[in-house]
Amino acid sequence: MRHRLSIQIGPVAFRIGSAWKAPLDALAGLYADYPKPADGLTDFTVRLEPEKPWRRFIRPSVAIRGDYCLPDATPMSLAHGLLAAEMGMNLQMALGQKNYLLLHAATVEKDGRALIMTGESGAGKSTLAALLGERGWRLMGDEFALLDLDSGLLMPFPRAVSLKNGAIRVMEAEVDPARFGPRLEATPKGEIRHMRPNADALARMGEGARPALILFPRFGEDAAIRAVGAAEVFMRLTQASTNYVALGRRGFDALTGLIAANPALAIDYPDTDTALGQIGGFWRELAA
Amino acid sequence: MKNAKLLARALSDPAGIGDCDWAGLISAARAEQLLGSLAFRMEGQAVPARVEAIFEAARRDAARARTQALWEAEMARRALAPLGIPLILMKGTAFHAANLDAAIGRSVGDLDIMVPRENLDAVESALLAAGWEHVKDKAGYDDAYYRRWMHELPPLIHRTRDRMIDVHHTILPLTARPRPDARALIDSSVALESGLRILSPADIIVHAAAHLFADGDLAGGLRNLWDIDRLLREWATPDFWRALGERARLHQLEGHVARALRLSHRLYATPVGETVAGRPRVTDRLFEARLLARNGWGQEKRKALRFAFYLRSHWLRMPPLMLARHLWIKATR
Repeated sequence: MRHRLSIQIGPVAFRIGSAWKAPLDALAGLYADYPKPADGLTDFTVRLEPEKPWRRFIRPSVAIRGDYCLPDATPMSLAHGLLAAEMGMNLQMALGQKNYLLLHAATVEKDGRALIMTGESGAGKSTLAALLGERGWRLMGDEFALLDLDSGLLMPFPRAVSLKNGAIRVMEAEVDPARFGPRLEATPKGEIRHMRPNADALARMGEGARPALILFPRFGEDAAIRAVGAAEVFMRLTQASTNYVALGRRGFDALTGLIAANPALAIDYPDTDTALGQIGGFWRELAA
Repeated sequence: MKNAKLLARALSDPAGIGDCDWAGLISAARAEQLLGSLAFRMEGQAVPARVEAIFEAARRDAARARTQALWEAEMARRALAPLGIPLILMKGTAFHAANLDAAIGRSVGDLDIMVPRENLDAVESALLAAGWEHVKDKAGYDDAYYRRWMHELPPLIHRTRDRMIDVHHTILPLTARPRPDARALIDSSVALESGLRILSPADIIVHAAAHLFADGDLAGGLRNLWDIDRLLREWATPDFWRALGERARLHQLEGHVARALRLSHRLYATPVGETVAGRPRVTDRLFEARLLARNGWGQEKRKALRFAFYLRSHWLRMPPLMLARHLWIKATR
């Protein structure tokens, strides 16, 4: 392909090829501090290419393709090429990752123990993870939790955090402007801005952590905390996993092992400060 | 390497590729649905750790895919058992059910079965009663087209398992010029322990060749040809070559079977019976170029050649006037 870039994120290396220069320039800027794959090899290939040959120049439209594709994925405008690259990498993970149990969840770590936060889009897991990552926790990832099938450790996948709408302002008030990507207006998911995790998160991207708590946050309700039973946790996590079925018995063993070893809580919160307070409380109890 | 040749070479001579463009090899293998087959062929070779992890995951995944394919066959067997008719597995599922070498790492998409044509209605009813559903609009043109002209029922999908089944009654569309002998295919089929059946070895090759060269635009052709290589290597004896020649003649597919043997030899160095394969033809190069029309980024290359083979597939599939009518309806709806 005309333009190309390789990036290592946690244990996974991507090779991204593009028919246009702009998306890869944006990607290279955002991922400036990430390591290149040490062995020069990659796990997955992403391709950003014109949907039809003439769409390279005329009303450019970016089709997200690669080793694994969705046949009916809608192409994106070239202005959103950075988002297309991100979605392409996520797609490879969701469809092709078979070495880890993949949970659609954000993970942060403190004192060697990891917190898993999962929930539907809008539950606030990305925002909470990003905030915790600036306040004494290590951000392991805002999108995918990688559960090692043999050791039961969580591996980091600290890609650039994808902030949406209101969360953008929250993080802009907190973080060095140099860590942000361009503002992407009017994407299919609203306004989006990517944020590079801090130096600690990147320096320790090879370092796994033992899980300690599974959390189901929900934004926009009065503060509440309730314990979640193992059966419900199991159902919700199978739904949050893209490859649970494909991993067969190994996926079942890893998931039930995770659930048996860890408490699970659902929290409702009206604002992020409340949620951070709730989480801080849980960690003090776990340490006690 | 600029095309999928590296993939073909790695499959036929895994020890011979040395240190290569690993990302390109893996992308090409994924695009051609051959990663599982490649992973087993490369087992035991010295490859970089990251590549080995990909191959190892692919080998594990293949075991799961095999279980799933065999389970789907068992589900069809149970649904159709009351009818008391021969149920013949085809393509990937057949290779797995019969433990053929071609099954090693072979991915399986749809379940392909063949039943006697006179039982089609009963089979369709039994499958619908057991949870399969129509994919296409039952009153639409596609459904009517399938029932009148195709070698299979319109595809059905299982409501809860989300897997497709293609129910064949012969191996080529009724509009194609060759007329395979469906009765002979069924009469020569071989029973497995489960009671399920597979086509006879010679007929399996004839079907694979028909599917690849007489009924399609060669999309996914590297995998279909890899099937043929594995099957021929497992079965090759002087008697087998004689039987294959006879069956190819019976089903009016001599030219396509010969082509399959020559191409398998060209790409995978398959030892083939010369009387069946015939002399090399100039057009073999075009077929080879089409089969290898993919680069190390997994992209489809040689658009014009691909399009020519696409046109050819329609030309083979139906007579000109019918083709014109078919394309008109497809374009205007």
